[in-house]
Amino acid sequence: MAEITKLIHKYLRHDKKFPHVWCPGCGIGIMLGALIRAIDRTGYTKDEIVMVSGIGCTGRLPVYVDFNTLHTTHGRALTFATGIKLAKPSLKVIVIMGDGDAVAIGGNHFIHAARRNIDLTAVILNNSVYGMTGGQYSPTTPYGMKSTTTPYSNVEQAFKISELAVTAGAVFVGRGTVYHARLLDNLMEKAFLKVGFSVVEVIAHCHTQYGRLNRMGSAVEMMQWQRDHAVTVEKANQMKEEELKDKFRIGVLVDRELPVYQDEYNKIRQWSKGVDKK
Amino acid sequence: MRKKVHKEKLLQGNEAIVEGALRAGCRFFAGYPITPATEISELLSVKLPKVDGTFIQMEDEIASLGTVIGASLAGVKSMTATSGPGFSLMQENLGFAIIAEVPCVIVNAMRGGPSTGLPTSPSQSDVMQARWGTHGDHPIIALCPSTVKECYDLTIKAFNFSERFRNPVIVLVDEVVAHMREKIDLFDEDEVEIINRVKPTVPPEWYIPYEDTPRGVPAMANFGEGYRYHVTGLTHDIRGFPTSRPDEIDPFIRRLFRKISQNYSEIQIGEFFQTDDADITIIAYGCVARSAKRAVIDARERGIKVGLLKLNTIWPFMRAQVEKVLRTSKTIIVPEMNMGQISREVKRVNKGDAKVFTLNKIDGTIITPQEILARIKEVS
Repeated sequence: MAEITKLIHKYLRHDKKFPHVWCPGCGIGIMLGALIRAIDRTGYTKDEIVMVSGIGCTGRLPVYVDFNTLHTTHGRALTFATGIKLAKPSLKVIVIMGDGDAVAIGGNHFIHAARRNIDLTAVILNNSVYGMTGGQYSPTTPYGMKSTTTPYSNVEQAFKISELAVTAGAVFVGRGTVYHARLLDNLMEKAFLKVGFSVVEVIAHCHTQYGRLNRMGSAVEMMQWQRDHAVTVEKANQMKEEELKDKFRIGVLVDRELPVYQDEYNKIRQWSKGVDKK
Repeated sequence: MRKKVHKEKLLQGNEAIVEGALRAGCRFFAGYPITPATEISELLSVKLPKVDGTFIQMEDEIASLGTVIGASLAGVKSMTATSGPGFSLMQENLGFAIIAEVPCVIVNAMRGGPSTGLPTSPSQSDVMQARWGTHGDHPIIALCPSTVKECYDLTIKAFNFSERFRNPVIVLVDEVVAHMREKIDLFDEDEVEIINRVKPTVPPEWYIPYEDTPRGVPAMANFGEGYRYHVTGLTHDIRGFPTSRPDEIDPFIRRLFRKISQNYSEIQIGEFFQTDDADITIIAYGCVARSAKRAVIDARERGIKVGLLKLNTIWPFMRAQVEKVLRTSKTIIVPEMNMGQISREVKRVNKGDAKVFTLNKIDGTIITPQEILARIKEVS
């Protein structure tokens, strides 16, 4: 049996919920592959993992995987995940969100989960559009692009999700693309092993909605766009600011140590029982 | 036989809610500051870490209830507390807890609205929001204390009902009762009945997480205990997976109602006070039930036969008990601190048996016994 077939049999609810809802050529499948390969390598058992999501194409992911899975309300996945992690810290909680889910309706929860440094991994698929509802612009739709609700042009500036996460206090932030599949595996593995709030932003394409409206071609052509516009962090450090216009950094953006919420709250438990604050 | 040990305490309503929650086994609280519910947060931030529980202040009330639901799914009894404006924000995840059948308790210390309204004057104007605030057809349980002792008892009941029926339970307390201090007697710990969710006993491969049982309440596996299953806010089949099949949707939604409706006798708590020979019966709840009781005593001294039906369970509406006083009394008065949210229900079930009068006060002050007595005289 091929390696991937073994993983599919082990981790997917292949006999229950397939076929899936995603379009042929969608990037979410590549992200799902990276997820289960990284989980397999990190050695967590299926019972230890809770996969939490919000709403949208990406939010449908947990239904297909054989973990403890929770499909929450739009934008609120991180709040449910916070409750699970604090109530049962032995669980490994992975939160799967889309760009609208994570930084539009769930933007407040995103920055506060990062600020608190709750021990969670947030995996955010950024395809710059609301795909499931038919192609409306999201907070990561670049300036000047089209969507069904920016039929003339988008006049808003886009959020940079990874940079936002760094500023808000995440201890690990990595950005990859669905084109750079091996980098993505690597980033996910690092994020899962990191204690504290870790983020993996996955730049992906929605050729069905965003690509069609902006005449960006097929899924393959959109992945070629990812290849041509991604610059590794190491390479970007050698480049001038104007050379980096139209480009985005991929790789590990931050990997640092900050106090983790659960450890800090355990101190509170001790102090509340009269143990000295030394 | 064990000797009953009494523990007398002078407590505020909000403090009694905290004591009741801890007694019921609550070990997780997430909330956002809002008057007049803040004391619940403050006190639990002191007490929960001492018992290895968790207190967290979230970024808003939406997050608070989301976090509470997450903690409950991981197997810890959880609650939040808020007032009207925060309760409005919680409606989204309240619906999630209902459809995913996650036990949790929400305290709403009612203040005047709409919007920011009256911080902080009492009101009873969230009665209908508790019933229909979240979208979609759904069952709900809401309990309403009128004394500090009832704050304690009904909070325990709220946890018991939420665990037993896998449904969120709302404690609708008004600002008067939340902030009032009374001496209460906390009985010997062993005397309190504590109910915990029923867990599956079958092997994981046989577990059907949303099975349609005669009881209507499926066994609930906590995350991380070997039963890997899917929880979703989408309408789902008995295995928890999303469905759009009419033959799966209909029995699912009906079961949600059935699990509550076939247990009315257990859920509906109230008190008949001198209603047997009453010509006039007052139907009241919360702080107004206190004024009503005084008015009943005063009226009887003046020779008017008045009784009181106090509702401790607001939802599901205590139809059978209300119908009883509609039959035995000629006149019903429903005093409440809103424009008639429960009187509307009383009128709905009245089949011409009695005349139903309202007494509505919406100025941020409590309805006094004198005002009720005056209304009694007016209609008698």
